[in-house]
Amino acid sequence: MSEPGDGAALGARLRDGELVAAPAALNLLESTTAADREQAAALLHEVSPAVLGREAPAHVIGVTGPPGAGKSTLLSALVHGWRAQQRTVAVLAVDPSSRRSGGSLLGDRARIDFDPSDRGVLIRSTAAGERLGGLARATRAAAAALAAAFDVVVIETVGVGQAETDVADVADTVAVVVQPGGGDVLQFLKAGIMEIPDVLVVTKADLGQIAMRARRDLSAALRSLGSPSTRVLAVCAVPPPTGIDELLAALEEHRAGLDLAVRRTAARRAAALTDFTVEHGEHGLRALGGRAGAQALLAGEDAGLDVPALVDALERGRA
Amino acid sequence: MDRRIKPAARPYNCCMDGEHSARLPERDRPWMMRTYAGHSTAKASNELYRRNLEKGQTGLSVAFDLPTQTGYDPDDELARGEVGKVGVPVSHRGDMAALMDGIPLAEMNTSMTINATAAWLLALYIVVAEEHGVAPEQLQGTTQNDIIKEFLARGTYAFPPAPSMRLIADMIAYTVEHVPRWNPINICSYHLQEAGATPVQEIAYAMSNAIAVLDAARERVGAAGEGRMEEVFGRISFFVNAGVRFIEEHAKLRAMSILWEELGRERYGVQDDRHLRFRYGVQVNSLGLTEAQPENNVQRIVLEALAVTLGRDARARAIQLPAWNEALGLPRPWDQQWSLRIQQVLAYETDVLEYPDIFEGSRVMDALVAELLDGARAEMAVVAEHGGAVEAVPYMKAALVDSHRERLRRIEEGEQVVVGQNRFTETEPSPLTADAEGGILVVDPALEAQQVEALRRWRAERDESAVKEALVALASAAGGASSRDGDSADVNLMVPTIAAARAGATTGEWARTLREVFGSYRAPTGVGEAAAMLADGELSELRGEVSRLQEKLGRRPKILVGKPGLDGHSNGAEQIAVRARDSGMDVVYEGIRLTPAQIAASALQEGVHVIGLSILSGSHRELIPAVLDALRDAGVTAPVVVGGIIPEQDVAPLRQAGVAAVYTPKDFDITRIMRDIVALVDAGANGSPASTRSANGSPANVRA
Repeated sequence: MSEPGDGAALGARLRDGELVAAPAALNLLESTTAADREQAAALLHEVSPAVLGREAPAHVIGVTGPPGAGKSTLLSALVHGWRAQQRTVAVLAVDPSSRRSGGSLLGDRARIDFDPSDRGVLIRSTAAGERLGGLARATRAAAAALAAAFDVVVIETVGVGQAETDVADVADTVAVVVQPGGGDVLQFLKAGIMEIPDVLVVTKADLGQIAMRARRDLSAALRSLGSPSTRVLAVCAVPPPTGIDELLAALEEHRAGLDLAVRRTAARRAAALTDFTVEHGEHGLRALGGRAGAQALLAGEDAGLDVPALVDALERGRA
Repeated sequence: MDRRIKPAARPYNCCMDGEHSARLPERDRPWMMRTYAGHSTAKASNELYRRNLEKGQTGLSVAFDLPTQTGYDPDDELARGEVGKVGVPVSHRGDMAALMDGIPLAEMNTSMTINATAAWLLALYIVVAEEHGVAPEQLQGTTQNDIIKEFLARGTYAFPPAPSMRLIADMIAYTVEHVPRWNPINICSYHLQEAGATPVQEIAYAMSNAIAVLDAARERVGAAGEGRMEEVFGRISFFVNAGVRFIEEHAKLRAMSILWEELGRERYGVQDDRHLRFRYGVQVNSLGLTEAQPENNVQRIVLEALAVTLGRDARARAIQLPAWNEALGLPRPWDQQWSLRIQQVLAYETDVLEYPDIFEGSRVMDALVAELLDGARAEMAVVAEHGGAVEAVPYMKAALVDSHRERLRRIEEGEQVVVGQNRFTETEPSPLTADAEGGILVVDPALEAQQVEALRRWRAERDESAVKEALVALASAAGGASSRDGDSADVNLMVPTIAAARAGATTGEWARTLREVFGSYRAPTGVGEAAAMLADGELSELRGEVSRLQEKLGRRPKILVGKPGLDGHSNGAEQIAVRARDSGMDVVYEGIRLTPAQIAASALQEGVHVIGLSILSGSHRELIPAVLDALRDAGVTAPVVVGGIIPEQDVAPLRQAGVAAVYTPKDFDITRIMRDIVALVDAGANGSPASTRSANGSPANVRA
């Protein structure tokens, strides 16, 4: 049974940087019972920019790519890199659910190598459930909550073409990970199926020539699409690792160039609109004067409001 | 008839040319008889070997404990509970000397079940032989040394694939030159069958594996001249399995000998008939041995032994048979003696060795062989399309998980009869398991501390600077190969390995030195790719229950599945993980080789509702309480269920320690286990205990 006040208390602890509050906070945010959702809203309120007085400090990074591209190995190396810089890291790994049984196999944490006694690393695996787009129902909220306590929050998803669109709505920086030889990304980029990532990572750079060619092709494709600023890096995450420090720096650099408040406020408003539509349908949206009306309503709200608060505002507007 | 079904090169030359007699002019010599043995300490194992040799055993088969197999010293955190359990601990040349004390190494044929650390154990053997005044050229035996099947099925790997393959190639190149009577590698199909492989998969994956090894070796010996490939090919032997469908199993071995010869001629240009012979040793099937009515395993073992002895054209060179009680726990010397006597009755009492090949000309056998060959060639082509066996590990692993699941389904649904388990289950009480320990060997837990103490003494007494120097040389030789351009002029790793053995380095130090250069590795689990199971009545009913429970919990029931300790036999854990997913649960599959701290951290971070642990190595008495303690310290109150080879008398103590349920091989109905687990989570949701508390102990969302 959730006790009244749990959500707010957990949120306050996260705000104070208490990393040990994270697992219980995630349990609450993932829950769908009515009582827990109320508590979850209270939790999110405590870590909202309105209460924090600024955007949550963490760098939220989306890492996505096709299966077998080497995401987990890369994450292992990145986690080590961040820890070496004394930065705490939370990884939200999202795996697809089985259409048939609804269950899921979440195997990724086994592949990320870290010291279990290190309290500065948290890995949480979630199943995407019935959601399309690669994110689990609670991923957005989880990222928002953890961003108040951790220095880096990684959202890892599987796929290319669709998945990174959703990740882009949640993350400050999106890295798409591909292995040399797999031409999918190139095709998706050229066909415009894929959102242009902030950083493109070619793994398995120990494959030498092939990796270099893949990197060249991707850079050329990006230039032709008019995105010469997207960084393309080749890394090797297995010993002896190469390119990891450069990747850490490139992620950092992208984040430094962002207007964080603008990006995150827009993301929260978009998320609130999506959640509202899931709950109340197009019919509910029409009562707000359609999508444009809803957006106007949201634009009038405090930029620091969390997503549940914005959904509330939309619901009030409908009433 | 397809000419290839009748190999040109026969393992034995029969009778007179072109003439067929019903009998051989002279009875064949029996195969080499071994017992897979070793436990507790080098000294205790040495005594066991000597007794076994007195009983008529003709070769040694050394079982190493898991820390030795995976490259950890007895004082390593990961070695806890595993020292001396499934085999003998060998940490340095002093242990190897004690193990081989009084055994004539110049005459003995020693098989070592050792893979990731094979180079090291062979080095220790070479150094101890030197001390006995026996030259490397005289040594005979086999190091198992097949790393691909460790990634696929057995789990005792230590390094990533590429450097592991380099170690193997180095060993081959070294032994061909300096230890010419040694089989540097035994390509294992044995463990593939244990992991659920069909006969076709067993043949295809073993042959693909052999190709990967030979290709790697060709690169390594290339500098020494092309002619060497003849010898290299001739030194590759196999370690196979034989299940109770013994006629098909015999056909499988005939098919393998045909493919092997073909491979030698066509891919490696081998000409010499002697080098083209398919040579194999065998341990018959353990997967099919039952915990229920374990005496029936004796019949199974006898029939399986026929599969590898009946037909002269594909007869085993060396045989070791499991013991009747392997599904119960570790076999005692008496149990193993029984299995040795089976071999001796077969070889010396029956007439099996008196005839030419009894299947020659059998249309049924030829057709069976042809069928298996077709299937195997097709599957080998798939592996080749993936880029060869090393690259195809994830594909093969997933295929094995699928096959194993299909096998379990057939047994659960009664399509495949297992006498005493899913049919004819009524039984009288067995006098075989009536003794206090339930008819198995129990290793004294005090031995681990003694072993740790002995290791400290060894380290204190050796020349530390010589060890340090040897390890530095090893690291630098290892670093040479991982240079990006694959410099071929680098040192053969056997050379610094032998030097380190001589200097007195330990197993853990050797492996740690290489891990630091090569990096660590986790093999693919195969479970993620496993296809979803069709829901029949029972499973779809269970899914309904899981959905109801999800409503109640607010989250989908989430289970953590993993294996504490060093035991890499993950087949059981994988099947539990896949079935839990198919039941509708979210499954965090953690894989093998977990410390209690890792399990506790995962359970806490993942917010799981229940934890399933699997152990087959007999270390549950130490490891499970350690995991329970770690969970308690982390504030995790999710219930723990344990599965594996858990002797009856250990169940009550585990329950008392706080384990919610214990499952053993007799609980073969996995869907029923799932139902229990769902009920357990449901009961937890009704009661007050929190599934997860925050680490400082304050209750937080207790139902979630």
